[in-house]
Amino acid sequence: MIGLQFTFWDILRNLLSGAEWTIGLSLTAFLLGGSSGLLILFARISKNRLLQGFSRGYIEIFQGTPLLMQLFIVFFGLSLAGIDVSPWFAAAIGLTLFTSAYLAEIWRGCVESVPKGQWEASASLALNYFEQMRHVILPQAFRVAIPPTVGFSVQVVKGTSVASIIGFAELTKTGSMLANATFQPFMVFGLVALGYFLLCYPLSLYAKSLERKFHVTR
Amino acid sequence: MSLVKISGLQKCFGDNHVLKGINLDITEGEVVAIIGRSGSGKSTLLRTINGLESIDSGELDVDGTALHDGKGDLRALRLKVGMVFQQFNLFPHLSAGQNVMLAPSVVKGVGRSEAEATAREMLAKVGLAEKFDAFPEQLSGGQQQRVAIARALAMHPKVLLCDEITSALDPELVNEVLAVVRQLAAEGMTLVMVTHEMRFAREVGDKLVFMHHGRVHESGDPKTVFANPSTPELANFISSVM
Amino acid sequence: MAYQFAFAPVFDNADLLLKGAGFTLGLTAIGATLGIGLGILGAISRAWKIAPFDRLFAVYVELIRNTPFLVQLFFIFFGLPSLGVQITEWSAAILAMVINLGAYSTEIIRAGIQATPRGQIEAAESLAFSRRQIFRHVVLVPALQRVWPALASQVIIVMLGSAVCSQIATEELTFAANFIQSRNFRAFETYFVTTGMYFLMALMLRQLLMWLGRRFIFRRAAR
Repeated sequence: MIGLQFTFWDILRNLLSGAEWTIGLSLTAFLLGGSSGLLILFARISKNRLLQGFSRGYIEIFQGTPLLMQLFIVFFGLSLAGIDVSPWFAAAIGLTLFTSAYLAEIWRGCVESVPKGQWEASASLALNYFEQMRHVILPQAFRVAIPPTVGFSVQVVKGTSVASIIGFAELTKTGSMLANATFQPFMVFGLVALGYFLLCYPLSLYAKSLERKFHVTR
Repeated sequence: MSLVKISGLQKCFGDNHVLKGINLDITEGEVVAIIGRSGSGKSTLLRTINGLESIDSGELDVDGTALHDGKGDLRALRLKVGMVFQQFNLFPHLSAGQNVMLAPSVVKGVGRSEAEATAREMLAKVGLAEKFDAFPEQLSGGQQQRVAIARALAMHPKVLLCDEITSALDPELVNEVLAVVRQLAAEGMTLVMVTHEMRFAREVGDKLVFMHHGRVHESGDPKTVFANPSTPELANFISSVM
Repeated sequence: MAYQFAFAPVFDNADLLLKGAGFTLGLTAIGATLGIGLGILGAISRAWKIAPFDRLFAVYVELIRNTPFLVQLFFIFFGLPSLGVQITEWSAAILAMVINLGAYSTEIIRAGIQATPRGQIEAAESLAFSRRQIFRHVVLVPALQRVWPALASQVIIVMLGSAVCSQIATEELTFAANFIQSRNFRAFETYFVTTGMYFLMALMLRQLLMWLGRRFIFRRAAR
């Protein structure tokens, strides 16, 4: 790449295609992480001690170690297992696991925020555990969960930048390569930061407005 | 024959022996008022009757559905025992009508139109026919408590438990709820209520139960008991609240 | 042939790992102290609307919270020198951590300040407290008590996030791990052990922060 002349538009075009991968990885991690997070949540709030212990350990490990280490372990662990992993695949798996642990913990808080009286009232009406969950607890927890879940999506988008370190060419990695090639790190990383800001700030604002709306209706 | 039969019922919270062997018979159509100081075990006793509190030992039998030492079919018990709470505990995500329809539809598998008809009937009974589509947050405390009563009634319970159902209400809203209870009593509903409304207990109750230190300390016809308490503890209690 | 796990080549380099862990903790200690200090200033400016700092802090908080730490680090380390500001990898790492934590703790402490019940301030006013006294005893210290667990979590997040400082060759724990695995070719084992170390450090750091909180912030409340 050295020796090539980059115009501003070349830089921008390359960054935009990097940003597409950032968006793709964020969406993948958020959707897969959300669905597996739901499973972890059910394990966490179940009455089975074993499931509870497993999900608790899972959440604590992913919340207590660096995302970068999680990506390294997935990347090198899968290749040890004989699976030929691309950086994209390793990043998608790693971020999915990371997201599922955090969302499960956020959602557990939401389930526990449903007042005890709701459990008692539905129990006194002879609903069993699953009926209580399905008709009384989860619908209420769901409403509480939306603002922090949207808020966490910002963490997922930002987390994808760490995937650059295992060689996935998303926005940050593209930025690093362009900074090296153009010798204009200030402008390039400024644009990279702007790119993340444009992705994250609307999500932050949306989360905040949802939270405000929720507080008003309460 | 008694509808509810409690014998030798014991309950501990850790080291705290809350119920020390309760014996109590309630016949069909009877209105029982349970009074006593806070910590006397009266709320715990009420909550054991539909299994919200587990029983350590003793017998509970409601219309043939029995718990022996706390073991038995809780769901069958709860189908026969309805409950109304101090804090209403309406489901905030459901309208008044849906609150009343939920348990019949989910637990008994009643069809939609039938569940709705029952719900409308029950809401009309508590004077809230026009509030079918209102959400709990749009209702006053007294209205919420009446919806809660309709919700319990829609399961056609044999017994209705009322746990200090007017204690969380502003004074001006107490009477609309008591009026509904009075009407249920007149219709022959079996009622067990923990209450601070002594006058109401005397007027409407068929039996007064005074709980003291985890035991039924004194019980009998409310008018007689209020006029001539036979133990100094009840005499003390009455003079402190009236 | 099945892969044979070998951890000995990792533990042979225990000294490097421990040194790296020490540097990670050192970075975190400096970053946390300065970052929370910055957060207190930010929270005061925001809560009392001290112009022009309240607007500046508002913009700063949003900029930092909506961009990745790694990009902030690159911007500081690679971007600033092109403006003629020379910066070492250590100062860049510390600066990035302080700026990052400063933004989050501004928001956390501000929320704590705003949760002060109005009646508390009125009670203090009626007891003839000065504005400064009210701020210190009735607003700031109780606010820090309220949000200390959240601040502690944020410090731990920053400590874990500092792993990416290895990318600008700051010689902390992850840098040590990268170095070791490049020589022993035992990437999985090396990172596995390193992950375990981070996990223990996070547990210990939480205990330490909770102890510090009890010792210094909750001191009055405990008596």
